[in-house]
Amino acid sequence: MIWNEYHECMERGLLVTLQGQRLRDMVERIYFNVPFYRNKLQEMGIEPGDIRSIDDLKKLPFTTKQDLRDNYPFGLFAVPQQDVVRFHASSGTTGKSTVVGYTHNDIMMWSEVVARSITMAGITKNDIVQVAYGYGLFTGGLGLHYGAEKVGASVIPISGGNTKKQLQLLEDFGSTAIACTPSYAAYLGEALVEEKIDPSKIKLKAGIFGAEPWTEEMRTEIQHMLGIKAFDIYGLSEVIGPGVSMECSCQKGMHVFEDHFIPEIIDPETCKVLPYGSLGELVFTTVTKEALPLLRYRTRDLTRLHADQCECGRTLVRMEKCVGRSDDMLIIRGVNVFPSQVESVLLEMSETRPHYLLVVDRENNLDTLEIQVEVEDQFFSDEVKELEGLRKRIQSNLASTLGLHAAVRLVEPGTIERSMGKAQRVVDKRKLT
Amino acid sequence: MIIKQLSVFLENRAGRLTELTGILEENDINISAFSIADTADFGILRMIAGKPDLAEKVLKEKGFAVKMTDVICLIVPHKPGGLHKSLQILSDNGISIDYMYAFATSDDRATVVIRTDETKRAIDVLQMHKLEMLQSGDVYQM
Repeated sequence: MIWNEYHECMERGLLVTLQGQRLRDMVERIYFNVPFYRNKLQEMGIEPGDIRSIDDLKKLPFTTKQDLRDNYPFGLFAVPQQDVVRFHASSGTTGKSTVVGYTHNDIMMWSEVVARSITMAGITKNDIVQVAYGYGLFTGGLGLHYGAEKVGASVIPISGGNTKKQLQLLEDFGSTAIACTPSYAAYLGEALVEEKIDPSKIKLKAGIFGAEPWTEEMRTEIQHMLGIKAFDIYGLSEVIGPGVSMECSCQKGMHVFEDHFIPEIIDPETCKVLPYGSLGELVFTTVTKEALPLLRYRTRDLTRLHADQCECGRTLVRMEKCVGRSDDMLIIRGVNVFPSQVESVLLEMSETRPHYLLVVDRENNLDTLEIQVEVEDQFFSDEVKELEGLRKRIQSNLASTLGLHAAVRLVEPGTIERSMGKAQRVVDKRKLT
Repeated sequence: MIIKQLSVFLENRAGRLTELTGILEENDINISAFSIADTADFGILRMIAGKPDLAEKVLKEKGFAVKMTDVICLIVPHKPGGLHKSLQILSDNGISIDYMYAFATSDDRATVVIRTDETKRAIDVLQMHKLEMLQSGDVYQM
């Protein structure tokens, strides 16, 4: 099933023409409405008229997460605040959020790409969709919600967590599809067994999972436990949220909705554009977004793009599951975590020094984060209650900065390895690739 | 009267305590008394050692987090009520004890190591009541 056959199966030549027109319009909009971009383009000697087709994309400057931070909160917006109807935010590198905004048209466009996505999973107006992504500043919950409503499905906006309730509604409402993080899906699968729920009472047939990396083994496991077909969805709030790309029933990569988001793969070191099939950093230009149009936004996700046509009939390029990051961001239980956030918390506290190690693991299909902090001579108290108090203070400061519970373990000084120059800050035991 | 106690932060991992006792042996440092306070993840070893300054130095050199703390070593008669009498005196004078541990030194008397926030006042109070405490010279040589 295809939601928007015209755009999803467009002849490549026509699509490229459409992209070129939209890119020209976009460059004009940001040139006149976003001082940051106007300055950048003027420095490079580029005027809106110089951009005529998609071939000119490579002349344009990149945008990074740092640019969003430098212009926090609304500096890169291309519309006045009265045209913004929604904000979302994700965690930034030093505790400050990355803020994104949407106009009414942006919300319509987002609903459209999510509608295309869930149609790929075979979901129609006859389905009951349990949206178990978090609702709030995180884009997952509301993103899936609007798209599912657009196809006319019956949406259960249960949000994340509260596993007992999730199971109860799966059973009582007869949900036929679920959207959440893959690790939560696996957790629900185990909970079904623990609660001794009769599998025949569960009517689920499809799951839409994203917001964190997962493996083919996890897919097989989730499909088996929940009796569903599991689909991979990709997105990031800077570009729109979930629905930037999505897997069709062929499950040979995620189709990028190129009429709205133009993908490129670049070498993260030289920033040169690489041909289809090469592994590199994924970059997006959001040609139709109004509130926060981004030019060549560097996602830091490493993947490949494939242009050969898919058996499903869609002409849109497909991206592989991301194999890693070109920066040190971790995704833990769907939350973006940068080691530098931990460092800033430790630096702010007078009793700690920034000697730390993040240990990420997966227990019972849920990510765990332990942060080891060295006990320095001068802060070492010989009383258990003092050290326990210190541990709890670090823990609560980290929780409020990261938006995630992390267990803190105090370790002896000098035990965290200091390598030449840059220290090893992360041990990820999840084996995702 | 003030005795220097060494406290060492120890992670709960196999062989860690042995490393520490090995370092003390190599440096010919005797341990007169020790106790370990432990939690799920870490422990705090507290000890009275001969040559406390040397012990602190060598342990720090080996990367241990070490802290020197003032404590009192009170001698109590090794008989029923022996400890109670001393504690009653401290309690009557409003001195609270952070932690304490004991070591027996001979058949007829025992010694308890006491850590309090008010070391000096505790010593005065105990002396006023004619209770015996170890001198630093005695204790490090035991």
